[in-house]
Amino acid sequence: MHPGRFRYHRAASLEEAATMLQQLGDEARPLAGGQSLVPLMKLRLARPTDLVDLAFVPGLSYVRHERDEVRFGALTRHAEIADSDAAARFPILHDCAAGIGDVQVRNRGTIGGSLAEADPSGDWAPVLLTHATEVRCVGPGGQRTVPLREFILDAYTTALGPGELVREIVMRAPPHASDERIGGAYIAAKRCAQVYATASAAARLTLAGDVCRDAAISLGAVGLTAVDATEAAEALRGRTLGRETIEAAAKAAAAAGDPQPDMRGSAEYKRVLAGALVKRAIEIAARRARGEQVEVSHEYA
Amino acid sequence: MPEAGDRVAIRVTVNGKRHEQEIEPRQLLVDYLRETLGLTGTHIGCDTSFCGACTVLLNGASVKSCTVLAVHADQGEVTTVEGLAKDGELHPIQQAFKDHYALQCGYCTPGLLMSTCHLLARNPSPTQREIRKAIAGNCCRCTGYQNVFDAIADAAKRAAADVPPEAERAATSAGER
Repeated sequence: MHPGRFRYHRAASLEEAATMLQQLGDEARPLAGGQSLVPLMKLRLARPTDLVDLAFVPGLSYVRHERDEVRFGALTRHAEIADSDAAARFPILHDCAAGIGDVQVRNRGTIGGSLAEADPSGDWAPVLLTHATEVRCVGPGGQRTVPLREFILDAYTTALGPGELVREIVMRAPPHASDERIGGAYIAAKRCAQVYATASAAARLTLAGDVCRDAAISLGAVGLTAVDATEAAEALRGRTLGRETIEAAAKAAAAAGDPQPDMRGSAEYKRVLAGALVKRAIEIAARRARGEQVEVSHEYA
Repeated sequence: MPEAGDRVAIRVTVNGKRHEQEIEPRQLLVDYLRETLGLTGTHIGCDTSFCGACTVLLNGASVKSCTVLAVHADQGEVTTVEGLAKDGELHPIQQAFKDHYALQCGYCTPGLLMSTCHLLARNPSPTQREIRKAIAGNCCRCTGYQNVFDAIADAAKRAAADVPPEAERAATSAGER
């Protein structure tokens, strides 16, 4: 199989790419790592007239980590994020980046491409939703910054306008007092390495002793977009983190999802799975907040 | 303004040899290697980015060449299975696969070898778990994988001890006698 014919344009900068895309019209597509677009083009599910290649634009591959802020260049590959200092500081980033697809996909796929693709089962959105995350974009009209929760609008649909591209993703960990500790975790369950998750869960906690001062819980693959499970977070906030509290949060999170039955499982199965993953993500986030090293990776089931 | 189907010039180093060609931008890296350069050691299995038979190294990192456009190898370096053996001597990873009978039909083997190259270049002494994770993107329908795991672990061990595989095998078979 090979893709249909297209006109190939190599951009030297994002600004140039944005101008090209705007001029070429709706049937032109930007190409980053190609791990979603190339398979779609081979199956002729995507038949763009033009590809604007971003892969040779310099200076877009980096992970910069300063205090509680992490900035990712749009073309940073998942494998580079997994190996970054930021992923060592924020293990939730490693949980996510080191488990996306398989090694070969992680060596090509980019965080900007993944977010712009907005697959309902994508791994980055649930992880980044648990933090204050902004998407910095470049378009024909200039630059703008969009909060992540306003960036992803629907399945495969983002706030990016015609010709607009992701330039940088900025994630901020919440401020915390000297007696507070933060921890996060992301767990995705999938059939095997190559496929998207059947369900996934991300948790971020701020603990003072055993009391949960702040929390964010989100789910992936159980809705048209990643789900910010605010009621689950509410079930934790201000409470002592015990078995009952965690189970109440997991129950609230599972109820927040709206999974569709497909070849990965029934809606009911996914709901139960999401609840179980939330419970474990909270437990691991809490252990990490207490200073424990806990290794997490995507699980094949 | 380019036209659909207009060719694009690329310059790529494959197994140490430089190539300059004009290719169709829709050509996949695997087709460039197999059809344009005649390097048929890289196999097309599923052709859907699943099986990993087409795995090659692009700028030192393993990729599925059925899911990479050849234009993305422009100005880059590619290593295929043909680039492993030197002067008629199998690469230590190839030798370990042979010694452990880590293949049956051999169709997936080029991809597994290249994934192993990627792993051992970054992690010279992987754990069993790390080995399994490293080849999760490579399907083998014959072996049941156990011999593959053993071969990779052994290749790592030999590289650490810096024992030429030939010498070690001779020593082992001498001991058995």
